[in-house]
Amino acid sequence: MSRVTALSICASAALLLYILEMVRRRRLREEYSILWLSGSLIILVLSVKQEWLILLAKAVGIAYPPSFLFLVGILFILLILIHFSIAISKLHQMNKRMAQEIALMKNRQGQQADP
Amino acid sequence: MAAIPDPVRVLVVIPAYREGKSIGAVVTAVREHFPYNVLVVNDGSPDDTSAAARGAGAIVLDLPCNLGIGGAVQAGFLYARDRGYGAVARIDGDGQHDPQDIGRVLEPILNGTADAVIGSRFLGETGYRGSIPRIFGIGFFRALVNLFTGYRVTDPTSGFFAINRRLIEFYSAHYPSDYPEVDAYILMHRLKAHAVEVPVRMHARAEGKSSITTFRAMYYMVKVTLSFLINCIRRFG
Repeated sequence: MSRVTALSICASAALLLYILEMVRRRRLREEYSILWLSGSLIILVLSVKQEWLILLAKAVGIAYPPSFLFLVGILFILLILIHFSIAISKLHQMNKRMAQEIALMKNRQGQQADP
Repeated sequence: MAAIPDPVRVLVVIPAYREGKSIGAVVTAVREHFPYNVLVVNDGSPDDTSAAARGAGAIVLDLPCNLGIGGAVQAGFLYARDRGYGAVARIDGDGQHDPQDIGRVLEPILNGTADAVIGSRFLGETGYRGSIPRIFGIGFFRALVNLFTGYRVTDPTSGFFAINRRLIEFYSAHYPSDYPEVDAYILMHRLKAHAVEVPVRMHARAEGKSSITTFRAMYYMVKVTLSFLINCIRRFG
């Protein structure tokens, strides 16, 4: 086993376990863990099953198979970032609504007359 | 709470952020000239904006954090919607808009000839002069609005306007977060709302600076253009 293979197996396995542990401790919600888990799982499988990696790399025309791992990693990072942007936009919208509702409620409770 | 909308019941909405020095005079001036309720939406100001507005006799909504102009104005629309107001007039809290012009801006709303009336600095002999980049920006948005909506606008970024109940309800659900004025034309166009401009006077601001610094102008142009174009193809459920 080459050093790069060992490294990629260790790193992806560690990431996978870390994410699982975070979810188990409720530090990370399941919905935000799916992309992390699937990304690290795919990299782990491709690191162990070298023949699959070589096959896939050839299929898309990549001469140096480990580059395919980078490709998978980058794609998942992209997906995760897009997912975050969407989640932040949703939170932004909810936060705005709540701030508006709080202001309206405070006004109602303050019994400010609306003649 | 949900009162039956009264088409001639008017709420004057003034969004305010750090306007403690000018807001009192603006509220007082509105109340001097018109019998309407005045709602100041304090957009999380750290200064005494809220107290100054209350002191001058305004109803005040205190947002717990700074939402930006669109979110603040929308809070005013929500208030008007819930309390059954038939029309909202919105002016700035920094003294740039002349409260006496509220009458002119409201008139087509109250007699039912328009859904939205926008006060324009460039109609009539209002004597407004802006910096060259600002004039360029306004020209750009004017062309954008005219091209995509067919509305013949002269002052697309004006924050002095009045709307009727129909738009109050729509804007309560859909209103852009920041820099909402240009975007609003697309929303009105999508609703087939009847929008007209009337001339208004613009004063030099009494206190504070424009919310649009030169540094942010580019961001403003890009953001507004993008959100304007997206609004052309968006669904409003």
